[in-house]
Amino acid sequence: MNKNNELFKPDHKVIFEMIPAGSSVLDLGCGNGELLNLLNTRKNTRGSGIEVDEQAVRQCAALGVSVSQQDIENGLADYGDKSFDFVILNESLQQVVKLEWVLKETFRVGKRVIVGFPNFAYYRSRLQMFFSGKTPVTRSLPNMWYDTPNLHFLSIADFIAYCHSRKLTIEKAVFLDGARRVKLCPNFFAQNGIFLLRNGNDFSNGEKKPV
Amino acid sequence: MGEKHISSLGITETKYLYFKNELGLESGEQLSNITLAYETYGILNAEKSNAILVLHALTGDAHAAGYHQNEDTPGWWDLMIGPGKAFDTDKYFVVCSNVIGGCKGSTGPSSANPKTGSPYGLDFPIIGIKDMVNAQHHLIRGLGIKQLLCVAGGSMGGMQALQWVASYPEMVKSAIPIATTVRHSPQQIAFNEVGRQAIMADPNWSEGHYYSSSPPTRGLAVARMIGHITYMSDISMADKFGRNIREEKSDKKFSPDFEVEGYLEYRGDNFVKRFDANSYLYITKALDKFDLAQGGSLEKVFRQAPGVRFLVIAFKSDWLYPAYQSREIVKACKQAQLDVSYYEINSTYGHDAFLLEGTEQEHFIGNFLKRTYNEQK
Repeated sequence: MNKNNELFKPDHKVIFEMIPAGSSVLDLGCGNGELLNLLNTRKNTRGSGIEVDEQAVRQCAALGVSVSQQDIENGLADYGDKSFDFVILNESLQQVVKLEWVLKETFRVGKRVIVGFPNFAYYRSRLQMFFSGKTPVTRSLPNMWYDTPNLHFLSIADFIAYCHSRKLTIEKAVFLDGARRVKLCPNFFAQNGIFLLRNGNDFSNGEKKPV
Repeated sequence: MGEKHISSLGITETKYLYFKNELGLESGEQLSNITLAYETYGILNAEKSNAILVLHALTGDAHAAGYHQNEDTPGWWDLMIGPGKAFDTDKYFVVCSNVIGGCKGSTGPSSANPKTGSPYGLDFPIIGIKDMVNAQHHLIRGLGIKQLLCVAGGSMGGMQALQWVASYPEMVKSAIPIATTVRHSPQQIAFNEVGRQAIMADPNWSEGHYYSSSPPTRGLAVARMIGHITYMSDISMADKFGRNIREEKSDKKFSPDFEVEGYLEYRGDNFVKRFDANSYLYITKALDKFDLAQGGSLEKVFRQAPGVRFLVIAFKSDWLYPAYQSREIVKACKQAQLDVSYYEINSTYGHDAFLLEGTEQEHFIGNFLKRTYNEQK
């Protein structure tokens, strides 16, 4: 367990535990392929990634992780319906332009979706905002307002409300403050939220479809 | 090109496979008494599981790596093939095969027609990429290889690699199509047609019967010049020539003034010494007619090859075979649930990048082969 803790980034560890062995996995914005490599080698998954960054895809190749070098929007549209058991959107949801469209696509392509993002309502952010009146900079949101890759700033509460409005079933949610798991008031104390989602109702805009 | 690479393969030589049996062609015609030129590098292991087939582009040949005796330019993909290189000849047995229809040692329009004893000329049947691959299939079986670890190639070589997957899926473990397409766009056909028209407009061409007289060198040189423009990029031309003026001066009014003009002329004149005009016609026709899915769905083609792993590579500045054509291959792989990797390399060399771009390509190909080879062990 300790060995795992050294190897795994805290968010990767959470996602790793959510995915059963032998699954097929698509990681959107997979970075250097670290997570996919862990899944492929230790859980025998069939994983592939989409990543646009030049340096990152080089590292994927070195790890032996299959990756398509393209942006998430284009790469995702290529796949057929329900091609994967799991689609991962970790630390990339807040950076895509067409967020709603991408989320919708992940549910078309995957049977289950894992979403992880930095919590904008983390208490330190709130304090910074309140006392300095400046856009907060934290460990999970480390950039200044002028050089952040993030396009969307959302809180854990925002996302939970969003899931309800879109009839997405939250099968599991894990909240982190660094490596520590947060149980109490996650929207206040957690820096990151990781959600395992299932599409309960065909991703409609809140309209209930007859079963 | 031009840069001399230290090749540790040393002296290599072209070999020839001859087979008498008839080859049924896509056109419905038959071709017999076929010779196919090829080279091999490295050693085939006892299990015969380390064989890689490398395929060349339009005007390439079987000489992919090392140096021929008394020559100082290495094979066309020496950058990638050799001990410790991407196609590591310490580990893999690399075969490079020429194509039928060509003029570099394999049967083509300049070969003797067994019926008449004189060169075929236009009596040579129309051939397709599929026919080239079927001829290569004889070679691979002849070498005792039941399954190829990989088929790889750029441009027309990529088309052959794709056709190998479609024609012999059970014989291919992985494929690396580079800077290629599953079918030519109208623009690509158009450039080839201008080349063909230049050859056929040369009075020396004489309906392809020039083997006992002067060949249509002017026409072929112009065809090559057009080709060269499409192989480079706006940036690579600007880098290489700028608007530099040539040193040699001529009294003629429209002689080449700029370095780029001189370069094209030089390229064209050199090319006619090593290439047959009729082969140029036949092979560009094969390129234009190529359609891997034959009007159908590419996904279906790939579904017939469930075990094949793909590495697809495109180059950002390649406007002859633009990246969207590679992404079409990637999309079909994804839909057919094949294991695919795709890289869009940031090169300024244009289409020629697959011959010139070392580091990146080597990294992606080397790692891909390593993984594929290790997994089968």
